[in-house]
Amino acid sequence: MKILKYIFGIILCLMMALPIKASNHSETGKVDAKEIVFHHVQDAYEWHITSWNNKHVTISLPIIVHSKESGWHCFSSAHLLHGEGETYEGFKIATEGNYEGKVVEIKSNGEEVRPFDISITKTVLSLFINCFIVIGIILYTARWYKKSSPDSPAPKGFIGFMEMFIMMIEEDVIKSCIGKDYKKYSPYLLTAFFFIFINNIMGLIPVFPGGGNVTGNIAITLVLAVCTFIAVNVFGTKEYWKEILWPEVPTFLKCPIPLMPAIELFGIFTKPFALMIRLFANIFAGHSIILALTSIIFVTASMGAAISTSMSIVSVLFSIFMNCVEVLVAFIQAYVFTMLSSVFIGMSRVEPHHH
Amino acid sequence: MSLLVPDSGLLFWMLLSFGIVFFVLAKFGFPIITKMVEERKQYIDHSLVIAKEANEQLANIKAEGESILAKANEEQMRILKEAGEARERIVREAKEQARIEGDKLLAEARRQIQTEKEDAIRDIRRQVAILSVDIAEKVLRKNLDTNKEQMQMIDRMLDELTNVSKN
Repeated sequence: MKILKYIFGIILCLMMALPIKASNHSETGKVDAKEIVFHHVQDAYEWHITSWNNKHVTISLPIIVHSKESGWHCFSSAHLLHGEGETYEGFKIATEGNYEGKVVEIKSNGEEVRPFDISITKTVLSLFINCFIVIGIILYTARWYKKSSPDSPAPKGFIGFMEMFIMMIEEDVIKSCIGKDYKKYSPYLLTAFFFIFINNIMGLIPVFPGGGNVTGNIAITLVLAVCTFIAVNVFGTKEYWKEILWPEVPTFLKCPIPLMPAIELFGIFTKPFALMIRLFANIFAGHSIILALTSIIFVTASMGAAISTSMSIVSVLFSIFMNCVEVLVAFIQAYVFTMLSSVFIGMSRVEPHHH
Repeated sequence: MSLLVPDSGLLFWMLLSFGIVFFVLAKFGFPIITKMVEERKQYIDHSLVIAKEANEQLANIKAEGESILAKANEEQMRILKEAGEARERIVREAKEQARIEGDKLLAEARRQIQTEKEDAIRDIRRQVAILSVDIAEKVLRKNLDTNKEQMQMIDRMLDELTNVSKN
């Protein structure tokens, strides 16, 4: 298994190198590592797969925008991406300003405004693909359980592995952190775990169905954090709210100026905020580091054969190492998100203490 | 800083897709799996309890069987002992009986011998008496050839007889 993982890691690195070389090196002549990294981790209206003989192989994704003036528009991003600043139906991709890289609407007075944009971008498409994978895997597993009865033998192979995986999260994380009524929350927490895990892992695969920076995107982690926020606070017990609004501290800390309640209320928001930032930053950083390491090869390419070769070896070795670490991080971050969510939910399920 | 500003479009799609994923998995995915695993766990626990009970029963049956065997052994020993005793008794009784019978037979034989002996003695006596009478007759016949002698004899005998009666 270990050897397989290393081989997999090497293949990952080699594959990752391809598109970057093709897309950036040829255009400017000089490699801008920062540009490579940011280009990858940010969203795009097309999915650039590879370049072959100076021909870009890209998937053009649909742009769906709603303008206050002209209503809904839906067209292929190919119309906007043929050349710099091309306009189509009064829209173009901004090249500078606040909305750089985003679709903007050009008003009659020449002003650029941002329309309501729900385009299927690269990240959205990755998200869809990953959602299908998650649903597929779990429903495939569930189908076996639907057909079997309690006295049928335990599943083997992939389903057995999934059972072990699911039950590990359910028993070790959810049950132990929440306590007695964990059943109500376990579907959400398991969904969150597998959603994050699959998105993280898919983000590490550099070729088409994977490679999107989904969980390293603040909008994604924001939604997840909000879901946890709702799960924690909407179903909190009376004791939980009492501990926030009237905690057991000396009265002067809460009576004239509600100092402790203010801190506690602030804490309600900081907890999911920390969840959001942690997941985002970890995955974002992972993608950035791997890309930066890979970029070393192209940055040093112009520095002579000796440096270039030795740095390439260093880069590949580091990339392999980082990819292995990232596989671990992919799991750990999903695990940590689920565990902390469970802990917060568990804290909101407190029962009154009997003194 | 655009990295830290959530994009509205992505937010929308994420809400939608995560909502769908959550709905589908919470309805058709995880509860089925966890419920079945839970049921299987209970089933296994239950089976373990049953197996334990069955084991205990088996042990009980075994112990019972052993006790029955032991009892049977004891019974066998007892019966064997009794049989031995009975045999000895019977043999002893038979011996006794045989002895008594033998004694009886012996006594009978002895009595018979006695009687026969007595008979024989009597017979012999009679024979002797007859013989002596015969001899006496022959002697007498020889001695009493003459009348004188006969008379002498008669006289002596008469004397003897009278003496006997006098006495």
